[in-house]
Amino acid sequence: MTESQLHFDVLVIGGGPAGVAAAARASDCGARTGIVDDNPSLGGQIWRNEAGQHEGDHYPNDASHWVQRLCTSGATSLCGMRVVHRPEAGVLLAESFDGFCELRYEKLVLATGAREGFLPFPGWTLPNVMGAGGLQAMVKCGLPIRGKRVLVTGSGPLLLAVAAYLRKHGAEISMICEQASWRSLARFGLALSNWPAKVAQGIRLKRELAGVAFAANSWPVSASGQQALEAVTIMRAGKVEDIACDYLACGFHLVPNLELPLLLGCAVGHGRVHVDDFQETTVPSVFCAGEPTSIGGVDLALVEGQIAGLAATGRATEARGLFSQRQKARRFAQLLDRTFRLRPELKTLSLPETMVCRCEDVSYARLQQCTSWRSAKLHTRCGMGPCQGRVCGPATQFLFDWHPDSVRPPVFPARVETLVATAQHRELHLSEPAGGHR
Amino acid sequence: MQGQLNVRINGTPIAVPAGVTVAVAVALAERPCRTSVTGEARGPLCGMGICFECRVAINGKLHCRACQVLCESGMEVETGSR
Repeated sequence: MTESQLHFDVLVIGGGPAGVAAAARASDCGARTGIVDDNPSLGGQIWRNEAGQHEGDHYPNDASHWVQRLCTSGATSLCGMRVVHRPEAGVLLAESFDGFCELRYEKLVLATGAREGFLPFPGWTLPNVMGAGGLQAMVKCGLPIRGKRVLVTGSGPLLLAVAAYLRKHGAEISMICEQASWRSLARFGLALSNWPAKVAQGIRLKRELAGVAFAANSWPVSASGQQALEAVTIMRAGKVEDIACDYLACGFHLVPNLELPLLLGCAVGHGRVHVDDFQETTVPSVFCAGEPTSIGGVDLALVEGQIAGLAATGRATEARGLFSQRQKARRFAQLLDRTFRLRPELKTLSLPETMVCRCEDVSYARLQQCTSWRSAKLHTRCGMGPCQGRVCGPATQFLFDWHPDSVRPPVFPARVETLVATAQHRELHLSEPAGGHR
Repeated sequence: MQGQLNVRINGTPIAVPAGVTVAVAVALAERPCRTSVTGEARGPLCGMGICFECRVAINGKLHCRACQVLCESGMEVETGSR
């Protein structure tokens, strides 16, 4: 167990595009800047393993440009570390595989990104049923996918990007099933003309996915298999169909990671962190950028991250110069929200015995007897396992209209050594351990 | 990702490409990661460290998220815990 204490002028939590841009901009004016990410390397999910080598001033993509800019800026990267607790104002406690670290800051930028939205349906707990981004992440980390039959389902533009990526790596894409209707997809397509770069991206994806069946108004009904997934039943535009496959890549758009903003007391409404023009939250000196403020993709994340990094280092004029760019990217976020809203039919997929909370194996039938998220937690342990409701929380919000009422530290399961060691320095409230193991 | 390295999964040696995560090594060994509280086999879901479905024991350390840890030569991985 190793421990340390670090002090930064600007501390950034999250190493995706928003966090990398924030840290690069904060650091390039000489502020002592640190960036923390849970993953083994920077880039977040969208840039995972893409920040490759560059030659001179030529960067193969945005990822390598920004990550390189960050690396040369003198910022300290702390990868493989996740923030678990805020022992006092201006201090965060982070844990790594074999140690922990106290991070002190003057200004904080929360760029915690988003996760996929998951919805329960019979068989969704079978091995090889994964998130769409989840399967892509596994393949980026070395999972061989060549020759495997993959069904891609759910909602959102990520489905197309994932399908194209997997196909490029040799997967056989059985079909892409998007729950949104043709009508809203058509409106999306028309509105896209306001963002020429997105149109170009769309055309490229269409070319890469030539010959792959795409169905709107379609969603998974159930998955089956003995030890692992063997087949999926889908509802395809009103008709039930069975598809044999090796993997089901299923993600229902994205859900922002709000646990840390909530722990710090930042105001959140309608599932989004409230920020002012300079990306500052309702907690002074705490900024937020990227998906937690609105699901807008990499362009919005980059511009918000830059504004946060500039504002955190007192460069308001430079930050203002990016406002119009941000406004345009925010309109795209609103378009995404409208287009990929989940249809009510998806609330009826679970059978009584379908597990909704995967950590504690709480079935749909048991949750139907509960009246709120709190009562579900108290009576069934729903949301009380290691993921602390990160998967079943958004699902039950959609299914039952429940709302989580509080976030308690540690926000990720933490080792007792970590908590005890910091408790030696200060009083730590351990009265209600969250996410502990029985 | 260059070269191979050896890890042991439930005591069985397996060579994996350098740079892969433990979750990928477990998949290459064709094993689920953990057993749920009612006895179901579970594997990775989110691939990014939030769902905890891929947790395994690594070098005796329990409840490690296999998708967030890179394989190192000689690593001992145990699957199937609850």
